[in-house]
Amino acid sequence: MKARVFVSYKSTVLDPQGQTVCAALRGLGHRTISDVRQGKVFDIAIADGVTREEAHKEIETIAHEILANPVIEEYRVEIVD
Amino acid sequence: MKFGVIVFPGSNCDHDAFYAVTTNLGQKAEYIWHDSPSLGDVDAVILPGGFAYGDYLRCGAIARFSPVMGAVGKFAAAGGLVMGFCNGFQILVEAGLLPGALIRNRGLKFVCREVRLRTETVHSPFTNAAQEGQILRLPIAHGEGCYFADGRTLDELDAEDRVLFRYMGNPNGSLGDIAGILNRERNVMGMMPHPERASDPLMGSTDGLTIFQSVLHAVVRA
Repeated sequence: MKARVFVSYKSTVLDPQGQTVCAALRGLGHRTISDVRQGKVFDIAIADGVTREEAHKEIETIAHEILANPVIEEYRVEIVD
Repeated sequence: MKFGVIVFPGSNCDHDAFYAVTTNLGQKAEYIWHDSPSLGDVDAVILPGGFAYGDYLRCGAIARFSPVMGAVGKFAAAGGLVMGFCNGFQILVEAGLLPGALIRNRGLKFVCREVRLRTETVHSPFTNAAQEGQILRLPIAHGEGCYFADGRTLDELDAEDRVLFRYMGNPNGSLGDIAGILNRERNVMGMMPHPERASDPLMGSTDGLTIFQSVLHAVVRA
């Protein structure tokens, strides 16, 4: 089993990297792009014998306490088979 | 008095801080390794600048789980004086000992230059030797020094007189031009500029010494 955690800045936090990427894309002629937010993704492998519920609970804890800083970031957890 | 200087793998201002409080301030100091479970008999603790644990994940995010941070948390809870400069500030916010967060500079560049800071409060163990409104010249050197906190936290910092320093000419996009703050109990402080790099006449400014002298006054008086 594998888990994937997406971490990105909250919408209220300035993301200068995303803004710079957005400006560059538009400069290259991609005029349909109106905004870019940059984030991180963590692919996590889970040991055999762990139930889906246990894995989800543990990854939620890790995401909340370590992978994301709730002051500035939000996260989303996906369990993938 | 005796200062403790925490050394994380990747700290690089630990020797500067040690030099400032011993040679420049004339006090005792000792290095405390990151896996030490206790702080010994120090009167105040410095979390120095650098790139603790490579600043992987987020600046300070891994360092906050060091064994020594448990001891720093207990020391702070018991009223001990804790200072975080630059990376040390980032570690203190990640550890939740100070509010807010430090994110990528608005201009995306690492900024390394001297800045001018206005002293916003002298009612703290870290600024009692300064004059109200005193301008300090100190260097900054950081890529992630943009102070961020939600509106409620910023209002609280203002209302409780917990902003220590504001930039004159904001170099990194920090909200409210905030360069340094206090916790609610006023015994933990963090600031992005480097007082330890401006404590010896050779360095062009000795304004940083004001902060160490304040700590000395606070400890001797106690």
